[in-house]
Amino acid sequence: MTLTADFAAVPAGDAVSAFERDYAARRRRARRTWAIGSTLFFIAFLASAWFGDFFRVTQVTLPDGSRDWRWIIPAGLPRLGEYIVQTFPTLRWDSLGADFAEWFWRWRTWLRLLIETILIAFMATTFGVIGGFLLAFPAARNLSPNRAMLWVCRRYLEIARTVPELVWALIFVFCFSVGPMAGVMAVGLHATGALGKLYSEAVENIDMKPLEGVKASGGGWFDQIRYGAVPQVLPNVISYTLLRFEINVRSSSIIGYVGAGGLGQEIRTAMSFQEYTDLSALFVIIFVTVVVIDYASEKLRHRIIGMGDRT
Amino acid sequence: MEHASLSLTRLTRRFGETTAVRDVTLTIPPGQFVGVIGRSGAGKSTLLRLINRLIEPTAGEIAFGDRDVTKLRGSALRDWRRDCAMIFQQFNLVERLDVLTNVLVGRLADHGFLSSMTMRFSDAERAMAIEALDRLDMAPKALQRAGTLSGGQQQRVAIARALVQNPRIMLADEPIASLDPGNATRVMDALARINREDGLTVLVNLHTLDTARAYCDRIIAMREGTVMFDGSAAQLTDDVVRDIYGSEGLAEFDAAVTSTSIRPQAEKIPA
Repeated sequence: MTLTADFAAVPAGDAVSAFERDYAARRRRARRTWAIGSTLFFIAFLASAWFGDFFRVTQVTLPDGSRDWRWIIPAGLPRLGEYIVQTFPTLRWDSLGADFAEWFWRWRTWLRLLIETILIAFMATTFGVIGGFLLAFPAARNLSPNRAMLWVCRRYLEIARTVPELVWALIFVFCFSVGPMAGVMAVGLHATGALGKLYSEAVENIDMKPLEGVKASGGGWFDQIRYGAVPQVLPNVISYTLLRFEINVRSSSIIGYVGAGGLGQEIRTAMSFQEYTDLSALFVIIFVTVVVIDYASEKLRHRIIGMGDRT
Repeated sequence: MEHASLSLTRLTRRFGETTAVRDVTLTIPPGQFVGVIGRSGAGKSTLLRLINRLIEPTAGEIAFGDRDVTKLRGSALRDWRRDCAMIFQQFNLVERLDVLTNVLVGRLADHGFLSSMTMRFSDAERAMAIEALDRLDMAPKALQRAGTLSGGQQQRVAIARALVQNPRIMLADEPIASLDPGNATRVMDALARINREDGLTVLVNLHTLDTARAYCDRIIAMREGTVMFDGSAAQLTDDVVRDIYGSEGLAEFDAAVTSTSIRPQAEKIPA
């Protein structure tokens, strides 16, 4: 107690009292900013929800047959359950094998399409890596030979990744007809844009001193990139590439919906014929595939990053 | 081997408002060991980078014999950079590549696109690189990643890279500023030996006076972009030093305070 009393008793120096005053003022300002900011955020959120029909009231049929008005969310949620329940296959313990065979009745087609899906993802990733890697250097602010080149490469990568795979797939199906080739081009183009962006950001973060060393020894632009930049970005490039392969497997399993090869076409068929258990079977296939690929590529990524010293 | 003089004529470089190097005129005869001193921001580093053409001059000329260095473009410029090797304070090695490949970077000026991109070097070039590393006692580290070496070792690898360029001139930008005294001495001794044995012209930026006095035939002092002293170590009196570093008000200016050398003053290499 004496300690605080002593402090209070001693008249605070000017600098100390000035600090106390400034500090209190700053605290006041911070509180006010926070209050205004959070109010604005809350209003913006509610407005968006209102535009998005989150507050809509809809008519529902009650169990006794009468109709009533209900808020859309509690009214719609049970239907989600209904839908999911419809996709459940009938599996009985005593006839499990037969039931499974029934559930995965089209397994020959699905297996072929699954392999096709993975091959589309593989080829598309390869194209994406080649395109993205070549464009990443001229699209990086620190290495681009001139502004025009920087501008052109950046815009190209932006367009390639802004247009979703599904839209590219529609365009390529129109050009090259239905089939996996359109899918490879669609996913590959989108992957070029996405990977080029990630690679060029890695390039922009490199240490420029090694490049200066190569330049001072008489190395040209390509030499500086090959010897100075590539070894620095390689671990990131490998990591992003494996990550992209996972994403591409997911994309390739959807684009068949517009006829660009892979499992997607079966999803479409199942939906239009209302074969709900087929949907769940396809979901299980894609889910298991993605989990396996995620797991394998994560292991591989960690091993490569852990190794570290390969060039 | 062509051994010509390096001459700078009214060399100037401006960065916006500031003039880093102003009207520098110098002639450096072949085989000289020249130290450039001056306080931070005096333009020493810019001067060296101008000579190697890492920086373009705003005005003035650089000539090596009858070669007009300021006019070189493309592969002629790359050849000049090969002939005029440079080492840096931060070594500027590629840390993720092994020592041997780092040294072989010194051969790139003579390589075509494909052999460079695939990192294909001839046996003769590899032998040359190992020989250069061996001169600097670094041959046993040839297959180690450059990033795993100590600063002094990295600087010796950088010197080996410079040597395989078969240069006429060796530029060294504060080569010992980030090294401890032992390594600093080893690096300076290496430069002195190259200068003596190969007859290379050496131009080295230093921030320690006694290192400059110990190693250099000729000392050039810069202040605010201009050369304000050009002479031998003996001519560099305390009064001149006070002018260079602008230490008016500092009663005693003691070179030993800034020294990174472990060489006792008495054992100076005869200039």
